[in-house]
Amino acid sequence: MKTKKVAMLGLTIALAMIMSYIEALVPLSFAVPGIKMGLANIVIIFVLYKIGTKEAILVSIIRVILVSLLFSNVMAMAYSIAGAVLSLGIMWILKKTDKFSVIGVSIAGGIMHNVGQIIMAVILLGTEQIALYLPVLIITGTATGVVIGIVSGLVINRFKNIRL
Amino acid sequence: MFKDKKTRNDLILGLAVIILAAGVWLASELLKEDGAFAVVTVNGVETAKYSLSENAEIRLESENGGYNILIIENGKADVTEASCPDHVCVDQRAVGKTGEAITCLPNKTVITIEGPEEAEVDFVS
Repeated sequence: MKTKKVAMLGLTIALAMIMSYIEALVPLSFAVPGIKMGLANIVIIFVLYKIGTKEAILVSIIRVILVSLLFSNVMAMAYSIAGAVLSLGIMWILKKTDKFSVIGVSIAGGIMHNVGQIIMAVILLGTEQIALYLPVLIITGTATGVVIGIVSGLVINRFKNIRL
Repeated sequence: MFKDKKTRNDLILGLAVIILAAGVWLASELLKEDGAFAVVTVNGVETAKYSLSENAEIRLESENGGYNILIIENGKADVTEASCPDHVCVDQRAVGKTGEAITCLPNKTVITIEGPEEAEVDFVS
């Protein structure tokens, strides 16, 4: 790995962690329990579009591990990893089809993050009732996905002429 | 032109997902199981449990001397009269599905609908 890339990935991981921290400071749970803005996804989408898929996977996984260890617990790590993997997977596929803009990719990512976490919760807790909560999370995930997508698009646009 | 097509696809994706989710939500609301019991809780303590299969009219006394009249009819529970000033519990429609509840905050009285017993098994342990 080139030095430049190591530095770039270190920077983006740090940025993603800061986003997670800001999100932990401003909880949205008072409106609908369990919802999140997904600020860190701005960074993940940026890496996915501007650096590469492998790098996006790397940044996403390392972020989840570090954030779980720092701000929550190992149990939460299982939920986050399931969400992160599914989210990044769908975003990569949609980006590859080249039929959607950053906003569409972001919407899908936001939704699949919730879906991944619910699947993990059903497996770990053994109660299917949690799945009934999914429609609500999908609708809020779409809403946050639109916002995150717009912001990501703006950021990517600013870097249009800069090769990373 | 090219960008517009992508935006259109984004819109289709977003709308399709929301309609799907709303549909599933609606279906799950409609498919909610009929409850079997009306459980009365006063100040956090369960005080009584009535079967929804028998029609009844019950006067629930609360700790502060107030009361709520609970009517059980056709598998549904409804509060028709109460001593509280706001009458939120009276205005609420009758409940009969598992998990639904009527709450009277001034009298600290909650009426929750519960399903048949086996639904309460704790899967975590």
